[in-house]
Amino acid sequence: MSDGGDSGDGAGSGDAGDVDLAERAPTPVTDADHDEWLDALAAGEGYALVCPDGHGSLPPRRICPECGSASLSREPLGDTGRVETFSVVHVPSPRFADDAPYVTAVVDLGPVRTTGVLRGVEPAGDAIEVGLSVAVGVEERATDGEPLVVFRPANDG
Amino acid sequence: MTDVRVAGVGLTRFGSHADRAGRDLFATAAERAFEDAGVPRADVEELNYGNFMGALAEHQGHQAPLMAEAAGVSCPATRYESACASAGVAVREAVRTVAAGDADVVLAGGMERMTNLPTDEVTEGLAMAADDLFEVRSGVTFPGAYALMATAYFEAYGGERRDLAHVASKNHANALPNEYAQYRREVSVDEAMDAPPVAEPLHLYDACPITDGASALVIVSAEYAAEHDVDAPVAVTGTGQGTDRMALADREHLARTPAADDAAESAYAAAGVRPEDVDVAEVHDCFTIAEVLATESLGLFEVGEGIAAAREGVTAADGDLPVNLSGGLKAKGHPVGATGGSQIAELTRLLRGDHPNSEHVPDADVGVAHNAGGTVASAVVHVLEVAE
Repeated sequence: MSDGGDSGDGAGSGDAGDVDLAERAPTPVTDADHDEWLDALAAGEGYALVCPDGHGSLPPRRICPECGSASLSREPLGDTGRVETFSVVHVPSPRFADDAPYVTAVVDLGPVRTTGVLRGVEPAGDAIEVGLSVAVGVEERATDGEPLVVFRPANDG
Repeated sequence: MTDVRVAGVGLTRFGSHADRAGRDLFATAAERAFEDAGVPRADVEELNYGNFMGALAEHQGHQAPLMAEAAGVSCPATRYESACASAGVAVREAVRTVAAGDADVVLAGGMERMTNLPTDEVTEGLAMAADDLFEVRSGVTFPGAYALMATAYFEAYGGERRDLAHVASKNHANALPNEYAQYRREVSVDEAMDAPPVAEPLHLYDACPITDGASALVIVSAEYAAEHDVDAPVAVTGTGQGTDRMALADREHLARTPAADDAAESAYAAAGVRPEDVDVAEVHDCFTIAEVLATESLGLFEVGEGIAAAREGVTAADGDLPVNLSGGLKAKGHPVGATGGSQIAELTRLLRGDHPNSEHVPDADVGVAHNAGGTVASAVVHVLEVAE
């Protein structure tokens, strides 16, 4: 995921030994609609794309993946979401070498669910519960500073 | 529909093949399949070949022509890619091609080289089967994705880590006599419980290993078999495939696999069998929780009840419904692009009676194979029956 520009020491500090992530990783695909969504999420103005039947999805989308409707409008995400499931990841990919152990979670945000890293909790299976109320935002990946969808417990300033 | 038969099966040993290129592994599997089938290479009309991460692992794209050369066949050759279901879809297309009467002999299977990459790069490579924008960039690994499903399963239906440890222990026990298996050693439930975590709640022995290997099948029409005096007693009577939303978060339910439900429904309907007719199953246990989800999708257990099957011994070798007598992906190994073919190879031998574990299913007539890609965004199910 590194673009080679601001990746710091990349995965060189992880299991990859002396292989430089910036040299071996492919250039990530960028998408203007997805970047715009991430920027909005970072600004606290996250949204989903919703069709007339109420199916939610996330950009880039031209049609509703559930029903094929081309009539998609932006609907704001709720201020908080509910953790639907989670895992404490101990063996990461190179892009998350310095982030591990970390908590991956799927969170219900109203019109959509999405996946991100749950911070502000102890990364231990018995320290987290399904149903936890969280806020969503965008922070930096510890490994390379790339943007990361992050959840934090809703009362965790 | 033409009666479709498995005329021959071939596998490499699964494990580490440090000094062999992928083409050499597939050549071995094909050679064994031809030998088993007694079908001449010149009769092969198509090659359907599965591979997932060859571009990453071997810096080799466009593998199908290479594998046709390696197998010694001269015919149209196509690579199929559906992550860990790559060989499953390759076999399915072979079955459909023969069933439609478009060919009498098709070579199908797959290959994967993985052990030449360091573990973190394999982790990264396997994660490519998930949604890059919304999952991989959010830290989802392949074990992490199945861990999300395991947590959701426990939450929805109950069960605990120890139930999953029983799946691991069972499949390791099944692999003991299998000469093709990567791990031919027993793992106790306690040993599995004490292993280090990979992605909680999944620990080391909940996960399949990193594996090199290849599989090949000679699929023929019954007419061809009869005409050429080829012994092919096992028929593929049903095939089905399902597709779901790519990202787990977008699924209706986080602890179920509807793509496999759909694949199973189609395969059973084509074969005219019901889940209760199944005598033996090979399912895609890339992680222990995946075996539970698979057996529920196949209708072998009610939703929420599959978790107890291994602990209660129902799916053990001497149980009422043995699952993964080969050792499964868990202990036999999981060269991802070859796995779907190897499941059919194992099941064919179990039904023919020449598998080292055939003694556990001496009267088996109906077998089912379940192969999944990603977090089951892709699923393929085949029904095999003893026809002669």
